Amino acid sequence: MTTGHETAAAPPAKEGGAAPARPPAGPSDDERRRARLSRRWQRDVRWSPYAFVSPFFLLFLAFGLFPLIYTGWASLHAVELTAPTDMSWVGLRNYTRIFDDDFFWNAAKNTLTIGIISTVPQLLMAMGLAHILNYKLRASTFYRVAMLAPYATSIAAASLVFVLLFGRDYGMINWALNFVGIDNIDWQNDKWASQIAVSTIVIWRWTGYNALIYLAAMQAIPQDLYESAALDGANRWQQFFHVTLPSLRPTILFTVVVSTIGASQLFGEPLLFDANKGASGGAQHQFQTLGLYLYEQGWVNQHLGRASAIAWTMFLILIVIGIVNYVISRRLRASS
Amino acid sequence: MTTTLTPPTPPEQKPGRVRRPKAARAGGTLHAGPIAYLILALFTIGSLFPLVWTAIAASRDNQRLAQNPPPFWFGSGLFDKLEIAWTDANLGEAFINTTFVAGVSAITIVILSTIAGFAFAKLRFKGRNAMMLIVIGTMMVPPQLSVIPLYMMVAKLDWSDQLQAVILPSLVSAFGVFFMRQYLIQALPDELIEAARVDGASSWRVIWHIVFPAARPAMAVLGMLMFVQTWNDFLWPFLVLTQNGNPTVQVAVAGLGRGYTPDQSLIMAGALLGTLPLLVVFAIFGKQIVGGIMQGAVKG
Repeated sequence: MTTGHETAAAPPAKEGGAAPARPPAGPSDDERRRARLSRRWQRDVRWSPYAFVSPFFLLFLAFGLFPLIYTGWASLHAVELTAPTDMSWVGLRNYTRIFDDDFFWNAAKNTLTIGIISTVPQLLMAMGLAHILNYKLRASTFYRVAMLAPYATSIAAASLVFVLLFGRDYGMINWALNFVGIDNIDWQNDKWASQIAVSTIVIWRWTGYNALIYLAAMQAIPQDLYESAALDGANRWQQFFHVTLPSLRPTILFTVVVSTIGASQLFGEPLLFDANKGASGGAQHQFQTLGLYLYEQGWVNQHLGRASAIAWTMFLILIVIGIVNYVISRRLRASS
Repeated sequence: MTTTLTPPTPPEQKPGRVRRPKAARAGGTLHAGPIAYLILALFTIGSLFPLVWTAIAASRDNQRLAQNPPPFWFGSGLFDKLEIAWTDANLGEAFINTTFVAGVSAITIVILSTIAGFAFAKLRFKGRNAMMLIVIGTMMVPPQLSVIPLYMMVAKLDWSDQLQAVILPSLVSAFGVFFMRQYLIQALPDELIEAARVDGASSWRVIWHIVFPAARPAMAVLGMLMFVQTWNDFLWPFLVLTQNGNPTVQVAVAGLGRGYTPDQSLIMAGALLGTLPLLVVFAIFGKQIVGGIMQGAVKG
């Protein structure tokens, strides 16, 4: 669609364009009608794109941008859940309060460790799975659908099932571990065990999904690259490391960024992993994430202003992570 | 509000018929050996087992669940437990609510995304690239940020426990716009639009008679993805729909887990009921959804 077509499509209906042939009558009704249509047509071409994108932007303004700014504004005020419209200015006190709170740092640390132990194995396994799925396989669609089934499972359902599987006395996982001589592990109360358990829910839900994304990227790698690598004497492993991995770099980076964002917002899994402890994330806050801490401050302790400050802190951390990712990817690109 | 979906790149074929010619499959020339099948089998079992076991646990009573070894096969109580969970958690109402919320969101997102995606894919207008950048940028904003002002808005409008409070914020999908744009760039030939234009069709007629028909396969995939996402959404519904009435399925199921002596098999029955509709959707349309996600994946 180029603008050049406006003139091609619109008949030459400028007023007076055909007028000399019939001087007394002026432009005929027909010509006027055409001129009107042409003007409407040009208006249409000019403005309708904006009409087409405006619903998204209006909704985004109301439910994306406004909340972003308003949360920042609210983070500078004391606001209580009971009277969310009463705001009194406190400057940066909300921020200093949360930075002084040991539970904030505890939650930040937990978010980081849970993020690492859920994201790293997840993406590594997804990569391996994608590599296998990229072979010629029987019933390949079946594996793909089966691996994606956890993605269709809700956080609530998945968390509740895993609570039972990770039960200390009668859980299936401890029962299986007993076979290899490992004593019962208290998956809910031990710090590392509980974090691993929460991560397991995340890994279970997202590995298949990421595998499909890697698989799509692998299938886009031109076959000749592998052929020439094979001619140079590269074995399967060398082909994987020297052809597959470099070609997947943008995809890998993307999944890392998306998983990082997902991990930083972890909420439902730790909330439901010990439903009775709820927002505290375990009896000793051993798996309280920043998402849970925000919920605890805002909805349990009813300090919405402080919760806003946590939300903005999380946002700023994400921006920093985004910038770091960008810098790393540029370095990688420059070095190759 | 899960934002973990990926921006797509141009589809090579219409989704729903994603079956690339075997020869063109890069890297796909090597046959998988027995070890590959073994690994796949293990992962498949790992993916499906917790789901199957949900049903097994729901079919057993709590005494049996508190014994070693844990049950590996179905007992006789499944349907009784499902019935109790259905009434206890008021799942009937929750199903209607969630279907309504997810349906309205999915349909609206699909229509708005197709129209906006078409504009970004095929129309020239000032500020297009900048706007597209904003769309992509919004995918990075974490949902936690918007939760607090949205909650204040809902409180002010007196919408607590009302479904519109859940629906309205879920109507924005930057992913949807991007997905449709990437699809339409390839799936919709410029000549088709130009021909319609020469015939004097208005933009809306072009959308109705050309864009919608051409985009139908991608619209179906996007609709399913968005339905799954809204159905499973937890954080926001959990915050606004807590007091009384109008729970979504996720909120109702999560509520089953509370209490100091929770009825484990009842919880499992609720979890199973909450997931079952989507698993059925997956069993029927799994291939198309897989194709849609792969089509939406980043390439190069």
